[in-house]
Amino acid sequence: MSIFLNENSKVIVQGITGSEGTKHTAKMLAAGTNIVGGVNARKAGTSVSIGGKDLTVFGTVEEAMKETGADVSVVFVPPRFAKDAMVEAIDAEIPLAVVITEGIPVHDSAYAWAHTVAKGNRTRIIGPNCPGIISPGKSNAGIIPADIAGAGPIGLVSKSGTLTYQMMYELRDFGFSSAIGIGGDPVIGTTHIDALEAFEADPETKAIVMIGEIGGDAEERAADFVKANVTKPVVGYVAGFTAPEGKTMGHAGAIVSGSAGTAQAKKEALEAAGVRVGKTPSETAALMREIVSGL
Amino acid sequence: MDLYEYQAKDLFAAHGVPVLPGRTVETADEAAAAAAELGTAVVVKAQVKTGGRGKAGGVKLATTPEETKEKAEAILGMDIKGHTVHRVLVTEASEIAEEYYFSFLLDRSNRTFLAMCSAEGGMEIEQLAVERPEALARVPVDPIAGVDKAKAAEIVAQGKIPAAVADQAADVIVKLWETFVSEDATLVEVNPLVRDPQDKVVALDGKVTLDENAGFRHPGHAELVDQRTEDPLEAKAKAKDLNYVKLDGEVGIIGNGAGLVMSTLDVVAYAGEKHGGVKPANFLDIGGGASAEVMAAGLDVILGDPDVKSVFVNVFGGITACDAVASGIVEALKILGDGATKPLVVRLDGNNVVEGRRILDEANHPLVTQVGTMDDAADKAAELAAAGA
Repeated sequence: MSIFLNENSKVIVQGITGSEGTKHTAKMLAAGTNIVGGVNARKAGTSVSIGGKDLTVFGTVEEAMKETGADVSVVFVPPRFAKDAMVEAIDAEIPLAVVITEGIPVHDSAYAWAHTVAKGNRTRIIGPNCPGIISPGKSNAGIIPADIAGAGPIGLVSKSGTLTYQMMYELRDFGFSSAIGIGGDPVIGTTHIDALEAFEADPETKAIVMIGEIGGDAEERAADFVKANVTKPVVGYVAGFTAPEGKTMGHAGAIVSGSAGTAQAKKEALEAAGVRVGKTPSETAALMREIVSGL
Repeated sequence: MDLYEYQAKDLFAAHGVPVLPGRTVETADEAAAAAAELGTAVVVKAQVKTGGRGKAGGVKLATTPEETKEKAEAILGMDIKGHTVHRVLVTEASEIAEEYYFSFLLDRSNRTFLAMCSAEGGMEIEQLAVERPEALARVPVDPIAGVDKAKAAEIVAQGKIPAAVADQAADVIVKLWETFVSEDATLVEVNPLVRDPQDKVVALDGKVTLDENAGFRHPGHAELVDQRTEDPLEAKAKAKDLNYVKLDGEVGIIGNGAGLVMSTLDVVAYAGEKHGGVKPANFLDIGGGASAEVMAAGLDVILGDPDVKSVFVNVFGGITACDAVASGIVEALKILGDGATKPLVVRLDGNNVVEGRRILDEANHPLVTQVGTMDDAADKAAELAAAGA
């Protein structure tokens, strides 16, 4: 098992004909992802050959789903078109939309989220501004390099892409059920809590690493969730202990304002919920190593 | 991007939100002229992007142009919480019957927008929220439905704005919503929103934060950036499209990905505890496409920081290939030539790491040290910074 994405997932790519879309479609195919087509309204009816596979370009997500049975879309369209792409995926009720695009205006993300809710939450959105999700050995939807680590008992959820890679690398000898980068934007679809809930329910996942960063209160809320609902061991890491107040650190959401959103507050909340928190990625990996070795 | 009060009010005026007439000036003489032109008693207000101006003496009433000049002289150049006052807003003094609070903002936790409204404005809203939370209405706003007159009336009623001005306040709120949406703001705050003795509702202050991701829809927003008060290194980095934040330490940091760079800052700060307390000098995320040009631009900015004593390049190659990063470092050092004088500690892992490390080994640059792990590299960079300090 794994969460949200498995060997039966049929994946389409919105923005398959763009340079990022094409490049990462090739990488996803090489990782064994079952990519069944792409979407670009202006190139509907054509086909592209990527990584030795001919893929049909459909005009809409709905049409692609009807023709191929796709249940996952990976979105690479540029920021100015991302809102329409998300709304289209939601209207088509695709079960999972993974939005890689970075730099989407927050009004657009908020609109898309409201649209998802209005449509009855039939589409799980991961991202935007995220590296996507990998269930090693089964499928890869997004841009997480498939060769960092293989399948194993650890579930990983992180706001940050490169910290996802770093942690997978540190724990590559154990491997992962799924690793999911939920993105660092102020408005995101899938949250730490959603991933924790899914990992708790996944029999293959034996322990969970949760990576957060400064800004917002998602980590504090995740801590409450862990306390009430998670029986599996959870290890945490929070980036940005030394970040000064009022400075945005790269991610649009990563900012300490007033006393809210500090790494220290998040660490304390997690520890109060029984989560062991590492000071650095390597210390966090060591904590997880101890736990998995003892299972 | 946070705006100055006068910029926020310009946006308000453009969207029909009532504001008092005023002029923004940079000298005391201009302030006096502005007061003469307005022909009324005026308020001279320091333009700084921080709260607590009043308490710091940055807001003063003046009844004549001469007095305006004196007050402006006192305020210009003043330091308010680390912000130097370069401009003052000279605005008509208003008579205030009542002060209200109003804002639209992003509610991250609930992934929606929020209107906050209170009949008890004027004071620090954080204080009101803690001391009298029942006096501050929080009304969720659906991003699709938005705020029409009926919704605005609901917000006004929950905020307990008096009936005599409720309808007018609702009109103002609809216009503030238009400002919030059409300018792609993540915060629009009016504190105070005042009722004058003639029962007119006016935005006496304004605070607006714009979403920089939406810049492509708003070519005019670029002009709102205040070059002068930007840190010169931050301005230089911005001109080169680098994601850079100046900090006050000695170890220059370059990495890929916001999370990894934030983490690198922490690891360096911890390592610094063992080396005379050296700290990270900056945040710099070179993102996915670490070309030689980007690396050279990044190194150029960091080496231009006189506080920097050593540089730590920390890259985990995901999409970024380590060989491209390594070539970038070698090329950058060539481009910078004698300009590069500080030691570089490089840690590469991930995509194409073997080739990346080989390129750096082969170049054998005297300033470059390769270290295998993030922790050890941070320690080395801190040690070198302490030695160079």
